[in-house]
Amino acid sequence: MRRPCGPGYPRHVAAPAKSLLDKVWDAHAVRELPSGQTQLFIGLHLIHEVTSPQAFAMLREAKLPVRFPARTFATVDHIIPTESQRRPLADGLAEAMLEALERSCAEHAIRLFDPGSGKQGIVHVIGPELGLTQPGMTIACGDSHTSTHGAFGAVAFGIGTSQVADVLATQCLALARPKLRRIEVAGKLRPGVYAKDVILAIIRRLGVKGGVGYAYEYAGPVLDAMSMEERLTVCNMSIEGGARCGYVNPDETTFAWLRGREFAPAGPAFERALAGWRAVASDAGARYDDRALIDGSALAPAVTWGIHPGQSIAVDERLPRLAEVPAAERAAVAEAFEFMGLRPGEPLAGTRIDVAFIGSCTNGRISDLREAARVARRGRVASHVKALVVPGSQAVARQAEAEGLPEVFRAAGFEWRQAGCSMCLAMNPDKLVGRQLCASSSNRNFKGRQGSPTGRTLLMSPAMVAAAALRGEVADVRELL
Amino acid sequence: MAASLERVAGRGCVLRADDIDTDRIIPARFLRCVTFDGLGEHAFEDDRAQAKGDHPLDDRRFAGAAILVVGQNFGCGSSREHAPQALMRHGFRAFVGGSFAEIFAGNCTALGLPCATLAPDALARLMDSIDLDPAQELVLDLRARTLTSRAGTQAVEIAEGARQQLLEGTWNATAVLLEAGAAIEATAARLAYVQDYRLP
Repeated sequence: MRRPCGPGYPRHVAAPAKSLLDKVWDAHAVRELPSGQTQLFIGLHLIHEVTSPQAFAMLREAKLPVRFPARTFATVDHIIPTESQRRPLADGLAEAMLEALERSCAEHAIRLFDPGSGKQGIVHVIGPELGLTQPGMTIACGDSHTSTHGAFGAVAFGIGTSQVADVLATQCLALARPKLRRIEVAGKLRPGVYAKDVILAIIRRLGVKGGVGYAYEYAGPVLDAMSMEERLTVCNMSIEGGARCGYVNPDETTFAWLRGREFAPAGPAFERALAGWRAVASDAGARYDDRALIDGSALAPAVTWGIHPGQSIAVDERLPRLAEVPAAERAAVAEAFEFMGLRPGEPLAGTRIDVAFIGSCTNGRISDLREAARVARRGRVASHVKALVVPGSQAVARQAEAEGLPEVFRAAGFEWRQAGCSMCLAMNPDKLVGRQLCASSSNRNFKGRQGSPTGRTLLMSPAMVAAAALRGEVADVRELL
Repeated sequence: MAASLERVAGRGCVLRADDIDTDRIIPARFLRCVTFDGLGEHAFEDDRAQAKGDHPLDDRRFAGAAILVVGQNFGCGSSREHAPQALMRHGFRAFVGGSFAEIFAGNCTALGLPCATLAPDALARLMDSIDLDPAQELVLDLRARTLTSRAGTQAVEIAEGARQQLLEGTWNATAVLLEAGAAIEATAARLAYVQDYRLP
């Protein structure tokens, strides 16, 4: 609509169109710092046993209290064993870390979701599950996969231990506002193609450092059609593309998830919150520093073949030949092939695997387990494969049990474990041995990531992991669905 | 508040690789601890073992280096501050490279360790120069935004907020953030989710 303007007519004074990032940033800005950074209020602080003990020590040394103890929540996930969580934990170092967390939480009146609470799990699984993660919040956690929470339209990012101390002491961080890239995924995903395949395709296209300095806003028909759990998977791996935070604008799917969750507002407060949540979404006409478009209809199940998450192909593609790789990347690609024991130009499908891991903050939710179980019903785990299913939280485990999923997995030859980070990062007893090759639903295929310095990881969707477990080799899950 | 950090001078160590993640800088098994003490000796432990003495951190020409010179996207992956802690405790006081992952760079700033970037051709010249003469002194000047070596004086980029924090001696952000005083509570009071529907 054209608006009259010129002499005699007031200029159009409606607020300029803003992105969700700008709205959330501006609402949480305490002040501009002399460094030019923003002092940003953090609405939700999540902590776990690995990156917080030194932060509490810093507080003790500086004789500072926790400023907003009710806005920090703790759980134990990285070091927790998944076979038996009985105390004391068998590993003395793990027990010491859990005890340190318990002491710090008790001392500072911070709520801790430990295994006895029935609410323990991977920090990025329990935040959304409990309704702690809400649209329009700023969320920080000493863990790079904090970007996960952006699925709700929150600005959520990982921080280091010194910054954990900053948040404990001040509920604030000193940060520069990132640039914003809108990534639209058009079309409709075909059967057998999942959120994991979408984010792996995005990282393959934009690169593992393409997001440095940016926040990612994921949008388009594919994101609109996704469940909250699928959006969590996409946002989770923003950091693997270099973007410290990634988000999806909140919509009816988001609000439906939140209704009735323990820490979500209830009754009239929910209705009041709804108005704010609707208003925080990016306005039409918001400005973006960059845009990217992905054709979701063209995607196939993805598998990584290298030593970073940008090195992936569709399962029906062949591995790249060195001549096809830009000259500047050739040495790194050759190194990746050598480490992985794979050959350029060959297919990846048919590669024999040793271990299959279903779980993690990327893909350890109930919908992931349901999809994997759908595949597991089609056969038995190959005799040479060790296969693990690790629910992302105690609540996910209970839901899975109510649906009979552990029986499905066990009958197929998978081990059914207790909630934790498990084999994603090798800080607990679940680790690769020697040069084992693991089909994994986790987020990182870095050298040594899964606990053996020479262990090798192929990232893929949980359904693809299940297919690989049954076939004993990398397989196209579409043949099993 | 710490003293101002205007320059870092010392010898360089060249690590020619891109996308070095923090799992490689400090493998996760060394995170099973409640202090950062002793991490220095485990920096790059698995890479060094696999290189059988041929890793830059074991190269005697680079012994005692203060500036680690790296490729693109250094420090990607996990947010673990254990990574810059391990490198600092190993003896590095600054990083110069093609680019740095954001959380890593932020963690470095919090420890008073500058991360400076160079354009690819300038970085290649610097690496070659250090390889030819590892004993030379490099000078990273934060005020002038330059790196001086036998390859000449090259312009570097440092994230402006971080540069100011280092120059002002305010990289330990807690004290600066506390100065906001009641403005913190005032900001919280404007947020509906803090005030209207309190956490149970």
